[in-house]
Amino acid sequence: MSNSDYDPACLPDLLPLYYRRLFPFSQYYRWLSYGGVTKNYFQNREFSFTLKDDIYVRYQSFSTQNELEKEMQKMNPYKIDIGAVYSHRPSQHNTVKSGTFQALEKELVFDIDMTDYDDVRSCCSAADICSKCWTLMTIAIRILDRALREDFGFQHLLWVYSGRRGVHCWVCDEAARKLSVAARSAVAEYLSLVKGGEETVKKVVLSDPIHPFISQSLSVVEHYFLQYAIVGQELLSSKEGVDKVLNLLPEDILCDLLLHYQSEKNPTKRWERLKTLVHQKRATSKKGGQYFDKEIMLQYCYPRLDVNVSKGVNHLLKSPFSVHPKTGKRIIIVIEVYFIFHNIDIYIFLITLFLICEELDKPRPDEEEEDDTKDKENEIEAGERRKIRVYKASFTYFKRTSLAKYIKLFDQFLDSVARSRKGDMLKKSDLQKDF
Amino acid sequence: MQFSGRRRKLAVHSQNDLYSHCLQLYVQPPLENISLSEFETFAVERLKLLKTVENLGVSYVKTTEQYTKKLHASFTKSQVGPSEYEKRRKDHISHFILRLAYCQTEDLRRWFIQQEMDLFRHRFNDLSSKYKTEFLHKNNLKYDTLSADEKMNLKDQLINSTFGFSGITIVEQDFYKVPFQDALDLIRTRKVFLRGGYAYIPHQDIVTIVLNDFRTRLSKALALTARSLPAVQSDERLQPLLNHLSHAYVGQDYSIQKNIGKISLEQIDPLSAKSFPLCMRQLHKSLRENHHLRHGGRMQYGLFLKGIGLTLEQALQFWRSEFIRGKVDADKFDKAYAYSIRHMFGKEGKRTDYTPYSCMKVILSNPPSQGDYHGCPFRHSDPELLKQKLQSYKLSPSGIVQVGLHTHTLKHNWSLAHRIKAFLHYMDFSGGFKLSSVLEYQQLEDITNPVTWP
Repeated sequence: MSNSDYDPACLPDLLPLYYRRLFPFSQYYRWLSYGGVTKNYFQNREFSFTLKDDIYVRYQSFSTQNELEKEMQKMNPYKIDIGAVYSHRPSQHNTVKSGTFQALEKELVFDIDMTDYDDVRSCCSAADICSKCWTLMTIAIRILDRALREDFGFQHLLWVYSGRRGVHCWVCDEAARKLSVAARSAVAEYLSLVKGGEETVKKVVLSDPIHPFISQSLSVVEHYFLQYAIVGQELLSSKEGVDKVLNLLPEDILCDLLLHYQSEKNPTKRWERLKTLVHQKRATSKKGGQYFDKEIMLQYCYPRLDVNVSKGVNHLLKSPFSVHPKTGKRIIIVIEVYFIFHNIDIYIFLITLFLICEELDKPRPDEEEEDDTKDKENEIEAGERRKIRVYKASFTYFKRTSLAKYIKLFDQFLDSVARSRKGDMLKKSDLQKDF
Repeated sequence: MQFSGRRRKLAVHSQNDLYSHCLQLYVQPPLENISLSEFETFAVERLKLLKTVENLGVSYVKTTEQYTKKLHASFTKSQVGPSEYEKRRKDHISHFILRLAYCQTEDLRRWFIQQEMDLFRHRFNDLSSKYKTEFLHKNNLKYDTLSADEKMNLKDQLINSTFGFSGITIVEQDFYKVPFQDALDLIRTRKVFLRGGYAYIPHQDIVTIVLNDFRTRLSKALALTARSLPAVQSDERLQPLLNHLSHAYVGQDYSIQKNIGKISLEQIDPLSAKSFPLCMRQLHKSLRENHHLRHGGRMQYGLFLKGIGLTLEQALQFWRSEFIRGKVDADKFDKAYAYSIRHMFGKEGKRTDYTPYSCMKVILSNPPSQGDYHGCPFRHSDPELLKQKLQSYKLSPSGIVQVGLHTHTLKHNWSLAHRIKAFLHYMDFSGGFKLSSVLEYQQLEDITNPVTWP
């Protein structure tokens, strides 16, 4: 992948190619129709497009996959957002009697943005991310994925890299899509532990008893803390870092540590001392649980959600497989991809539009061979052969690119959603004793 | 498939079915004819009960034994009827009549819902465990309970997530599995164990779930009732009664005389114009207008009221009734604000009986910012605004000049001396003490506490 500065003006040239050859329309349509169980579910879905020159159009809706394809190929949107499923076709919302056009359903979504962690990461700030602070996303995904599945019982979670500085989670279960605003906000609040804005110094306060959700989240954080925060972010290495951490501690511990840190320079040992003092205090204190060490770990690592993104049923969120139009100085445009999380670590690959268009141009040698042998076997004429090759190719273009494995993952996700749906329908018909 | 048989059964709608439980969610409206006098009596008696509920709710913290005892006494007294069936019928009918009277405005609806919820909560909590479960099943809240084995497996998690539970009580009490969508308040605040989309709720907390259901239904029903109100109001026999009923709730029943305090709550409004220093008058006015004050204002004004003789009970009643008129409901008030009022009176925390703020403290510390009304107007207000305010309080033009608020002064920086002088002039003119008794501004430092003025 070339690191040369790429001119964003190329976007207009590459997007048409992307939408004609690479965008996975059939998977996309399969996702948003949800098996066609509910009538007009796809037709009543709102999309919004950001076009060239920052023109923004809302209330786009489509009747079929074909119409979606044609429109996108015509408009070549720089960015695509997905909204809610409404009571009527969004493109006709102006003709509907006022008050009756309503957002009915939408996936439950979460947005974790790296800029929300600027006060607790030292390696980057704003829209920059690096492999060091990416651990925060790993932690966020593990904690939220577990909670959404085990605590809330959701099964179909689509995790997406948002293209620049964070991740999104789309919870696609039927129950999730039907949640009210109050319910979405309650889920988001259940998942929130870091509270307070600029004015608040201490953003996490724990008290007895520690709810199982918090204990489980803590064990994820504890797994990464030493390597990520003490070593990677150098939390206790500089005076500045130390001051910030000590601000979160009560005076007696603070004084002891300041003294201790004059001679002890090793950050890991410094952290050990901090923990020891806190545990001692907890053991001897008359007051209930004092969890300063845990509070520090959570303040530096626990996921920071934007509750407003999750609350609204009609909230528009960037679509998977959309292109991220803003460019950084070095790497060019990035596409949102789906990635799966392993037990060991999160794996992510930055796919750029430029990259996959390049990959597209290079025909794979084995492919051509395959076609030739088959043709020989079938004794097809040259003209026909050409037609067939083009026909086959158009269905497999993305397979030549790095996009392939992510589309495969998306397929697997859709398969499990479909299996679940079939299972539910069987259960329902059993209950109704349909013969 | 016995269709005809089933239909027959439904048609035979016995009296016993209708009121089979002493408590109900008021889903079906009554379908009988009653006399006008019964209509009126039922309504008035229920309203009396609801007003008692309101008063008790404002005077006592709802989780205390005192509150429960008093409410129980009042409720039992109100339940007069020849038979259990009659009592239930009256409960049913009177509720629906009051809906008509209390559906019209946001304020009325909120008040009605609040009192009905408090009453319902009390009656539900009063039921035995068996009747509670019966109530749940009769009302389609079909929540399963955990088996003993399941409970043992989850013992630690249940103890750590549910307040007030130990190993023993886990075994004793029933736990219900409620879909999390029905228990949002408990989920939001992580007060219960959550797994697989179900909240594990102990029997004692099931009332929260039921109350949510109650509130949602009643809220929707009142909205619907409001729409059909015109039809009802066109009936001349009912209109005057309904109007009378809905106006009766406004205004506290201060006739309960308390001789303990040096002032009574009714005196506050007139006193604020006549004898309060300007800062306190300002705070009182904004409290009345916005039904709210921020922390700084609550402290400054709350301590002042204590200083002039308000008792803790009066203070609670005063603040609560004002806040409820705004965006704060009674539960929230209890949780968020009542504590700090009791704290002011030395009944919480380290139990210091705090003294009202001195002038110096008000002037020098905690300057007000956007949305605040505390502080000293002579120190913190824009002089032009201050002038306007004094004019609106009917200070004469010569008075304004004497206070120093004429254009000459406004152009220059107001010194502290000026301001204190201005303040004293204000007190003089508004009917407070005489300026002649204090002359030099340096001596003013002795007059440190707004409370010492009459």
